[in-house]
Amino acid sequence: MKGILKKISQINFGLLSPEDIRKMSVTKIVTPDTYDEDGYPIEAGLMDPRLGVIDPGLRCRSCGSKGGDCQGHFGHINLARPVIHVGFADTIHKILRSTCTKCGRVLLTESEIIDYKDKLESKLQNQESITTIIKEIYTVARRDKCPHCDEEKEEIKIDKPISIVEGNYKLTSSEVRERLERIQEQDYLFVGVNPEVAKPEWMVLTVLPVPPVTVRPSITLETGERSEDDLTHKLVDILRINQRLKENMEAGAPQLIVEDLWELLQYHVTTYFDNEASGVPPARHRSGRPLKTLAQRLKGKEGRFRSNLSGKRVNFSARTVISPDPNISINEVGVPKMIATEVTVPVYVTKWNIEQMKEHIQTGPKEHPGANYVIRPDQRKIRVYDETKEAIIEKLEPGYIVERHLKDGDIVLFNRQPSLHRMSMMAHEVKVLPYKTFRLNLCVCPPYNADFDGDEMNMHVFQTEESRAEAKSLMRVQEHILSPRFGGPIIGGIHDHISGAYLLTRLGSDFKEEDVLQMLKKSNIPFPERQKGDSWTGKEIFSLLLPESLNMVYKAEICRKCDECLRQECKNDAYVVIESGQLKTGAIDERAYGAFSGKILDSIVKDYGTDKAREFLDSATKLAISGIMKRGFTTSTADEEIPREAKDRIEELLSKSESRVEQLIDAFHNDELESLPGRSLRETLEMKIMQVLGEARDKSGEIAESYFGMDNHAVIMALTGARGSMLNLTQIAACVGQQSVRGGRIERGYSNRTLPHFQVGELGAKASGFVHSSYKKGLDPLEFFFHAMGGREGLVDTAIRTAQSGYMQRRLVNALQDLSVQPDGTVMDNRGIVIQTKYGEDGVDPAKSDYGKVADIDRLIDEMRIKSKVGK
Amino acid sequence: MDIKKVVSVVKKKKADFPKSIIEEIAEASERHNLKVKELEKLVDEIKKAYDRAEVEKGEAVGTVAAQSVGEPGTQMTMRTFHYAGVAELNVTLGLPRLIEIVDARKKISTPTMAIYFEEEYGTNEEFVRRIANRIGKIVLNDIIKDFNVNYATMSMTVEIDEDKISDKRLEYDEIIAKIEKAFKRVEINKNLLSFEPTISESKHAIRELRLLADKVRDLQISGVKNIGKVVISKEGSEWVIHTEGSNLGAVLKMEGVNKTKTSTNDIHEVEKVLGIEAGRNAIIHEAQTTMEEQGLTVDVRHIMLVADMMTADGSVKSIGRHGISGEKASVLARASFEETGKHLLRASIRGEVDYLTGIIENIIIGQPIPLGTGSVGVVMKERD
Repeated sequence: MKGILKKISQINFGLLSPEDIRKMSVTKIVTPDTYDEDGYPIEAGLMDPRLGVIDPGLRCRSCGSKGGDCQGHFGHINLARPVIHVGFADTIHKILRSTCTKCGRVLLTESEIIDYKDKLESKLQNQESITTIIKEIYTVARRDKCPHCDEEKEEIKIDKPISIVEGNYKLTSSEVRERLERIQEQDYLFVGVNPEVAKPEWMVLTVLPVPPVTVRPSITLETGERSEDDLTHKLVDILRINQRLKENMEAGAPQLIVEDLWELLQYHVTTYFDNEASGVPPARHRSGRPLKTLAQRLKGKEGRFRSNLSGKRVNFSARTVISPDPNISINEVGVPKMIATEVTVPVYVTKWNIEQMKEHIQTGPKEHPGANYVIRPDQRKIRVYDETKEAIIEKLEPGYIVERHLKDGDIVLFNRQPSLHRMSMMAHEVKVLPYKTFRLNLCVCPPYNADFDGDEMNMHVFQTEESRAEAKSLMRVQEHILSPRFGGPIIGGIHDHISGAYLLTRLGSDFKEEDVLQMLKKSNIPFPERQKGDSWTGKEIFSLLLPESLNMVYKAEICRKCDECLRQECKNDAYVVIESGQLKTGAIDERAYGAFSGKILDSIVKDYGTDKAREFLDSATKLAISGIMKRGFTTSTADEEIPREAKDRIEELLSKSESRVEQLIDAFHNDELESLPGRSLRETLEMKIMQVLGEARDKSGEIAESYFGMDNHAVIMALTGARGSMLNLTQIAACVGQQSVRGGRIERGYSNRTLPHFQVGELGAKASGFVHSSYKKGLDPLEFFFHAMGGREGLVDTAIRTAQSGYMQRRLVNALQDLSVQPDGTVMDNRGIVIQTKYGEDGVDPAKSDYGKVADIDRLIDEMRIKSKVGK
Repeated sequence: MDIKKVVSVVKKKKADFPKSIIEEIAEASERHNLKVKELEKLVDEIKKAYDRAEVEKGEAVGTVAAQSVGEPGTQMTMRTFHYAGVAELNVTLGLPRLIEIVDARKKISTPTMAIYFEEEYGTNEEFVRRIANRIGKIVLNDIIKDFNVNYATMSMTVEIDEDKISDKRLEYDEIIAKIEKAFKRVEINKNLLSFEPTISESKHAIRELRLLADKVRDLQISGVKNIGKVVISKEGSEWVIHTEGSNLGAVLKMEGVNKTKTSTNDIHEVEKVLGIEAGRNAIIHEAQTTMEEQGLTVDVRHIMLVADMMTADGSVKSIGRHGISGEKASVLARASFEETGKHLLRASIRGEVDYLTGIIENIIIGQPIPLGTGSVGVVMKERD
């Protein structure tokens, strides 16, 4: 950092007076043309060289600096007749309505004036918005008679967008301006004009500033043809009409023609400011595309504010497809060599690292741990070439900056859009790898919401030491294992990590010692000091990962929620007991270290810190993977095969349910159905049918389930929480069930029937989208069609939801972003208004809490007692 | 162990616990039958945990809260209607409901109330049914046995069903009074009412008769304003009334209604009847139940912050351009959110000044933001 850092302390807003515009102008623009035949800019034309230069070779005629350094200079156009500024048309109307035509005073009585003056001044002193008071004045001051000079006032209306009509007479812009001029300065405040920066008459333009060419650069097409910016086009229109108006006025043309031209000038100036103003047909390009004028440049998502000021394009970033790598740590990211040789880290050369830097330069820009640029102490940037590297090395001395390639251990920022929460941008350590994809550990998929079906992610390289230090202590992946949303882990094992751990630790899984050692080596777990020389149980292996002082008891995901819990004697091995870091009973599954619900992981982060948690997660996932690889794990439709007998039972059940539906329908037709309170008969019927069919699917699922055992891989995945659910399995094996559109059975399509295959008014199960078949058996054409209807609704739903929730989140973030915790523990916004006297009523950070609580008191007590027992 | 004892131990240990934690400790110590020594040790442990879990100064709690509330939005269902609690009533849930809450809509799509009763009445089914009929909307059509429109004589007769009246616990006299008040040309003969239309032009006679028939059927005999259907259900041993539509002010005035448990899902109504603090709690409660119903866990603190921001100045304000975001102090912050042109133009004639204290302003001008590590500076002390 060279020199003093200047801080902008405030920005003042105000109107430009005609004098200001003339004063800041470097030239008057009169010619509506840009370039002459030779391609040189015309003097006093829209591309006048005094307005600034863009081409890097030329020098600016006004300030003398080179192209690129000169930010440009304004010119001006003297308008032949005054013109109303569109943006202020509404305000002008309101001001005219609230002021006297004759004496120019605001239409408030003396007492009201004193009253409002007090109110306004106190608001201004507190820097509060005066808009509400001004609005009130606008309504109060709508009088028929001036309280100061008793002049009768005619109704003034606005004819959108810009015509102001008094009675039946349309005021010309000059008349509007004259009236605004008549308003006395003491009254400015009451009509919402700050006398220090603006005068009402400035809202009617007599001079138009012409922005410098840097604002509206022309582009040269490949054909050599010049294409002008939309603003330039608009300015040409304005100039042309202005010129014609002036000529006509000087020639003494009839009033009618002058007025027409004036109107046209008003139109062009209006669209120059805002081409989407209501009531004005948008000005169009030759091709028919509406022009993008001043307001359009600022407004909206692609506008200056949101696209160029609130967010900016950056250097030192990379984007590519992601793919998984179970062998790197959760803290790491695999960066393709190609990217690592392109994005760089600036390193200050000191006497301690000069040799190393020389080596980097020696390697050159093409080989991997090389360097691309060297910045000399005089800020000159020199590119490193294989030919010049020797010369650069010779000159290198402390004070230089070397932009060296990314290498292992560097900290980078990694991000996947949509960045919905802070875990969407985390800092990773670089690991340079071959091939062309970013590699990431599978445990960080949940926070990024990433999968590998073609997802791309972005990487940013920090350029200062400060940012690297902050990223390392605040943004690293291991610091974000716990989600601030609910105070539990959001990073954790997924899919095969979970089925692997289950297979490893379930009852009756033993391993030969040599296999065990192999697995431990693979998972970077230190060998136990004493080797058993005998076979190991999976639980013993997993216990090696656990901290020695860990004690906990919880129910695993595979828990079937029996009526009476057998605790340690659980048949499913779902009662997990860990004593002094030894897994006594229970199998490891999603509740142990899965993302969103991992209990063991959760307590390791909270009690032993993030470093330990990272180690645990890295080793545990690798152990699970090596465990699953020892045993083998695969699934296919064979997993959902059920015996003939089961199929018959399901068939019987379904046909029984379908006939039950028929009975209900008959009862409905015979008026025997009793309606539920507050429901019509038809609604009651629907509800009952839905209930019967829902039960039918559940029951058929239960039948299918009873034929599945824990040796079935699909079932293991569903029950341990690795992937899929029992519902998925029953839909494949037994019955797909009722398809729904808009929360009910399917009823649209043809008049009074869903498809022409059914009777008019048919209400049966099949006719309203009950899919009797299973996925495995296959759907018949009608079922397939209903299924597609339900599926389509799901897709539409998702699309709408993303848009809606995205906007909601943008609003929430915008409303709350200025809040922060003050040194005294209160929460304030940037105006200094206290929102909460203590954050969250107890000052606890949810990200550091135990699922929202300070601590699990019951567990604390249990642990305390165990400790004191051991102590005795 | 009572709270006082816990408070004294906490004081002795110089711990500054909020009330909620003290209550929790008291409950736990009762459950586990803690000795004083153990309690002291527990307080020590909790103090350690509390210090560790304290929120960092300068933390951008607002952004974290907004993200935590907004992020699960993508996982919520769009299904507008769902059956909550009582199968007979439709209640808006999921993302649409959440949006409704943060928008602070004046007219919510499905207002509903849960009316509870004082202990002595709660188990009295007869009493609850009577109240329910006074609250719920009942029209004449609900209590008639026979309805006869005679186009020949241009008259209409209605026979009232006394069984239905007693079933609905209504008073015959009150009904008659209501009918007489609403219709001038009516003859009452015990249960038989005959109406005569006022016919101005014979051309439209039939139409007028029909209109009158509809009017007679739709005459409201009983019910509280803005409340439609009511459903009575039993929760445990207690009878509860759920309503479609909501009018908290009127219902709370009714006899026997439990004023602490009775609730509505209309935030503005809660604010109007019970005040801004209650409004804040209503926002928290509604937002949290909406989230929980979808199986999403969001820490209360985040929702509290959203609710506190919405109610900070004494009225319920929406999140968006008509509420909080539209009233920001900074011109740049407002312009970068929505309605860019309007804010810039207004700022220019008002001569507004932007002091650049917020986040977005500092991003726009390229300065470090005043949050987190950017909220602190370094002062160098000169050596003397």
